[in-house]
Amino acid sequence: MTIDFELSPRIKATKNMIHMFAESAIRPIARYYDENEHEKPWDLLNMVQKFMGGGMAGAFGAGGEEKKAEGEEAKEKKPRETNLAGAVTIEEIFWGDAGIALSFPGPGLGGAAVQASGTPEQKEKFLARFRGDKPVWGAMAITEPEAGSDTANIKTTAVLDGDEWVLNGEKIFVTSGKSALEDSEGFVVVWATVDRSAGRAGIKPFIVEHGTPGMQITKIEDKLGIRCSDTVSISFMDCRIPKENILGSPEVVDKTKTEGFKKVMATFDATRPLVAAMAIGVGRAALDFIKETLKEEGVELRYGINPHRMTSLERDIMQMEADLKAARLLTWRAVWMLDNGLRNDLQASMAKAKAGLAVTRITQKAVELMGPLGYSREYLLEKWMRDSKINDIFEGTGQIQLLVTARRILGFTREQLK
Amino acid sequence: MVSFELDDEQKLVQETVSSFAADLMEPAMRESDESGEIPQEVIAKGWELGLLGGCIPEEYEGFGEELSALTGVIALEELGWGDLSMAMHLMAPSMLVISVLDQGTEAQKKQYLPAFCGEEYKAAASALVEPYYNFCPSAMRAVAERDGDEYVINGKKCLVPLAKESDHMLVFAATNPGMGFSGVDGFIVPVGTKGVEIGDREKNMGIKALATYPVNFKDCRVPLVCRLGEEEGCDFLRLLSRSRLALAALAVGMSRRALEHSRDYATQRIAFGEPIGSRQAIAFMIAEMAIEVDATRLLVWEAAWRCDKGMDFEKEAALAKNYAADMAMMVCDRGVQIMGGHGYIRDNPVELWFRNARGFATFEGMVMV
Ligand SMILES: Cc1cc2nc3c(=O)[nH]c(=O)nc-3n(C[C@H](O)[C@H](O)[C@H](O)COP(=O)(O)OP(=O)(O)OC[C@H]3O[C@@H](n4cnc5c(N)ncnc54)[C@H](O)[C@@H]3O)c2cc1C
Repeated sequence: MTIDFELSPRIKATKNMIHMFAESAIRPIARYYDENEHEKPWDLLNMVQKFMGGGMAGAFGAGGEEKKAEGEEAKEKKPRETNLAGAVTIEEIFWGDAGIALSFPGPGLGGAAVQASGTPEQKEKFLARFRGDKPVWGAMAITEPEAGSDTANIKTTAVLDGDEWVLNGEKIFVTSGKSALEDSEGFVVVWATVDRSAGRAGIKPFIVEHGTPGMQITKIEDKLGIRCSDTVSISFMDCRIPKENILGSPEVVDKTKTEGFKKVMATFDATRPLVAAMAIGVGRAALDFIKETLKEEGVELRYGINPHRMTSLERDIMQMEADLKAARLLTWRAVWMLDNGLRNDLQASMAKAKAGLAVTRITQKAVELMGPLGYSREYLLEKWMRDSKINDIFEGTGQIQLLVTARRILGFTREQLK
Repeated sequence: MVSFELDDEQKLVQETVSSFAADLMEPAMRESDESGEIPQEVIAKGWELGLLGGCIPEEYEGFGEELSALTGVIALEELGWGDLSMAMHLMAPSMLVISVLDQGTEAQKKQYLPAFCGEEYKAAASALVEPYYNFCPSAMRAVAERDGDEYVINGKKCLVPLAKESDHMLVFAATNPGMGFSGVDGFIVPVGTKGVEIGDREKNMGIKALATYPVNFKDCRVPLVCRLGEEEGCDFLRLLSRSRLALAALAVGMSRRALEHSRDYATQRIAFGEPIGSRQAIAFMIAEMAIEVDATRLLVWEAAWRCDKGMDFEKEAALAKNYAADMAMMVCDRGVQIMGGHGYIRDNPVELWFRNARGFATFEGMVMV
């Protein structure tokens, strides 16, 4: 192995194909589904399921179980590119449109959690459905009104009663919650505590199937951006699920040990770089728009001249370009590590922190630079600015990524650095 | 296939240069900055690493290793980690050597390269930057006009490293003013040539141990054979881009050192009963420093990789260099900030890095990979 930035022919081919698809099938309808919130592009979603059936599924969460523990030697095996392929694919689809891409069928974060910590039986039972003809969604419900970043503070409870767990509590901001539970035969992975006094060690993920009595969607959010993707609140009132629907061990073995929690958190090592890739897709869309507009106007960008001699427009654009590239390279590094069985939690957070911030800056600047073209709903630029903002919020805010990064760099525990 | 892993040779280079930097450069950094002199031992031992002679083909008396921009930036990051002045002094001849290697005629290679393959350090200078606030390499004021079999060079240069110590100087001047990068050529000028006036050693805010000079050219005549590439001329932007990669790599190395220093301090310095790193105001600065150092390294690697692959890399190099200059200033400024008043005191290395870092926005054409 040596340093190389060339995508393999297989990934390149996929990238080109996805790009064409994004350009011809997603872009043209992006505006419509932004203006008509809560409508879904069913034709497209059906088609996506048929042709890519679990294609996005493959991208999410794969590889998590093959990561090595710290200090352990990487296993000798052929290099895989699953996660890199995922990141590249996602960048292209999100270049097409973030809201529509987020609403694509597939296992999503819920599926990633099953993949990362489910038993073989659970994987078979819950993941098979995504390979069918009809679109199916998976979702993940962690966030609560009183617990967002502070995931250890969740209050939803799970109590064992005979052969069933009984869930009570309220979850908010569940991506694709409606798609999973009402529009398809999907499921949601719900984080609940079996022992509040145990803190993190007491928190376990549970799989709740669509149509389970006691589970109800109580609200569908109206949002700043990514409007095609549904975001819902779900309430659980004496909601009973089979005992075997818990992911990982039900035991609260040792309150100082939080292995189960950590294992689910490890899902994020795979998904955070992919969220970064989503961000990069939107940022690139904005940069492409600017460059095309300037080209039409006959404006040439002068790379390599003294920054004092550049127009402020040139200077801004070059900074945006470098920023986007930097974010992409950090992202590729994080997924490459995953593909190679290396522990990447630090690099995953670095990539997400960088991409989330870079892209909110890039799209905001893009709107500013393009003046009336930027602000107008005739074009998509203003939409990209609204869409991109979510990347610095969900899957751990920018601040949380910095916290994770700083703890690792400083060698501090969560008690030492709050 | 995408990979972020160094190959065995690159690892070896990295390890070798890294221990040289840690053992010899860094410990001498402060004293060297104060005295303005670089220890002879550092120069001698640094030269022994063979970073420059290594890439010169055997026919010109070098070791004949492949010239790789990627390996070059990996080595330069480590040198930058050690000390910027020393790194630039050691690698100053690279501007002449690599330019000739990359774009010189056969006769020029034969004439100039063997001198740099010896056991002892051999200085060479390059004159690119000019003393104007809005100096731009694509709009140089120094000109070289053809007059029969000679070129007549006129203009002012500054930040010329080792001008007095060198036998030859690679001077860049516009042969076709107004034509941007493509109108610039390089001339290998013997330092004693009539019309070359080397001024007193410059006093700069940073890189104080590196001897730099202003050089004026007044009707300085050199024969046509001194023009880099002779009749063909040279691809100036390509050379400039290789230099930008080198400078960006140095910025990454120095910033990485500043980050490590800040990190260690933040875990040890106690305020309000806790290490200052326990507070997010400090911790987040450190996290961002770490992210930006890594991000810049990857930008540099990618551009260098493109260069080695024979792809266009000029745009990437320019983006990486500008990004690196901003990054270095951000990181080193925060280094000072994190150390508070102690960061302002000259006992402390961060104030030195802070002064050096400001230079990257100005430096052009001082080292090359
Ligand atoms: C469109 C959308 C989709 C989402 N999808 C999902 C989903 O599918 N599943 C799911 O479970 N959740 C989802 N979320 C929730 C999302 O993950 C949370 O909103 C996010 O984690 C932040 O939590 P919060 O909103 O409660 O903010 P808070 O945690 O209250 O944070 C508020 C502010 O304080 C900062 N902050 C908090 N703690 C710290 C700290 N220790 N140090 C420094 N700063 C801090 C935050 O960065 C933020 O700026 C979604 C949210 C949205 C908007």
